[in-house]
Amino acid sequence: FLPERSNLAGVRHILLVLSGKGGVGKSTISTELALSLRHSGKKVGILDVDLCGPSIPRMFRVQDNNVHQCDSGWVPVFVDQDKSISLMSIGFLLEKPDDAVVWRGPKKNALIKQFVADVAWGDLDFLIVDTPPGTSDEHISTVEALRPYQLLGAILVTTPQAVSVGDVRRELTFCKKTGLRVLGIVENMSGFICPHCSECTNIFSKGGGEELAKHAGVPFLGCVPLDPQLSQSLEEGRDFIQEFPKSSAFPALTHIAQQILDGTSQRSS
Amino acid sequence: AAVSPAAEAAELRERLRAVKHTVLVLSGKGGVGKSTFSALLAHGLAADEAKQVALLDIDICGPSIPKMMGLEGEQVHQSGSGWSPVYVEENLGVMSVGFLLSSPDDAVIWRGPKKNGLIKQFLRDVDWGEIDYLIVDTPPGTSDEHLSIVQYLSAMHIDGAVIITTPQEVSLQDVRKEINFCHKVKLPIIGVVENMSGFICPKCKNESQIFPPTTGGAEKMCQNLNVSLLGKVPLDPQIGKSCDKGQSFLAEAPDSPATSCYRNIIQRIQEYCDQRHFQEEKII
Repeated sequence: FLPERSNLAGVRHILLVLSGKGGVGKSTISTELALSLRHSGKKVGILDVDLCGPSIPRMFRVQDNNVHQCDSGWVPVFVDQDKSISLMSIGFLLEKPDDAVVWRGPKKNALIKQFVADVAWGDLDFLIVDTPPGTSDEHISTVEALRPYQLLGAILVTTPQAVSVGDVRRELTFCKKTGLRVLGIVENMSGFICPHCSECTNIFSKGGGEELAKHAGVPFLGCVPLDPQLSQSLEEGRDFIQEFPKSSAFPALTHIAQQILDGTSQRSS
Repeated sequence: AAVSPAAEAAELRERLRAVKHTVLVLSGKGGVGKSTFSALLAHGLAADEAKQVALLDIDICGPSIPKMMGLEGEQVHQSGSGWSPVYVEENLGVMSVGFLLSSPDDAVIWRGPKKNGLIKQFLRDVDWGEIDYLIVDTPPGTSDEHLSIVQYLSAMHIDGAVIITTPQEVSLQDVRKEINFCHKVKLPIIGVVENMSGFICPKCKNESQIFPPTTGGAEKMCQNLNVSLLGKVPLDPQIGKSCDKGQSFLAEAPDSPATSCYRNIIQRIQEYCDQRHFQEEKII
């Protein structure tokens, strides 16, 4: 009798991207973090556990791909020939992209357990787990299923305004209650610089994420501005980090990745 | 003793007998402005003092409505006839799990069945009284909360759903699923609202498409799926500010282009509801 080698045995670091609030940029940050880490020479996987609204496949232009099986389970979808970024999402399992996944909790939990145990990731430096908004079935199940593994921690994403911060405070409580280390808070959609006249407008207010980090005693990973080129890249599944190094969101996004890298090298030494 | 589903349904039907119109505010996508719109719809409809409006927030994990309505910190009171909604105005009452939490840090970490239980309680145990409009604000997705609210309200008449989106494909791809969900559960769709539809720089007045409609935006999607486009609302920094302050954006920024968009949309929803009421009266 040979013990099965877990599909996550080759994954060095696992981190979750969370937010109490919807639409703040979890999938965006997951995507850009993966791209930045790839540019630093890392092998990265993204596990998309948003079963109702899976955004990750389109952000890498692989939304029409299918998932194949192998001996140890499901083969993740590789973003390109390089095989340096691999993905798993319910998006790949839907027959038609407009099909709604109208499942109650127990069915969602079952698929998440499968996603955690049955994807043959191989060797990865980082596995980023992108989550839906909230503190419910998906989150409880994901944390439970990942408990036996090396969970680096969670990045929490918020937008600056109080309505978002209000939900993210509750997510911080979720992290505390489940023993999940908070790597830091990202304040997304933090200001907009008009491409025509360079005037900065705080469309969704400013500073709420930074204040929350201070109040909660967790690291603040930075402010990412609204950037139409970033939105466009995500729409078209392009590599924003490679193609738009001069764009306004670039410095903040690469800075987030650098802090994650610094954090992991600190832990190993 | 367990109550049979039939008895439960009868109980809900009785409780909600005096609700004339029900509108669900949905979106497959998070963060597109459901709660913002629900709050403004409530304010807009309650401007007519003769109408009684109720706003029910069934986002159990991320209840935004109390803050947006300026009711943060309020608690729910019990009376002989059930839970009292929290009133913003005499004719505008609100219910949310937010009122049941004692601290802003409290997290509601519940699996589906427990969430469903609370939603049922909101419908069964809240003493809403006679209501002209019941607006139900929902969390993003197509899961427990959505199935439950449609199931529990099937005893009565839901006028329809208003679906909120933003222009980009990343949102639309989730919203199409929500539209399919509505078809699946036979929920009529009043129409779609496209939020965050362009931004006009206050300094140079040039427009930027911060959330670009790369696949034709809500307009194209509505054409393809044969649903009404109720309106396109531009970004306005005052919207977020008003929400954070718990004030009505319509009252705070009456001259904003976004305000006139919202008012038009609210009027169209009112007309839709009135038409259905009229049609039913004709049948009787």
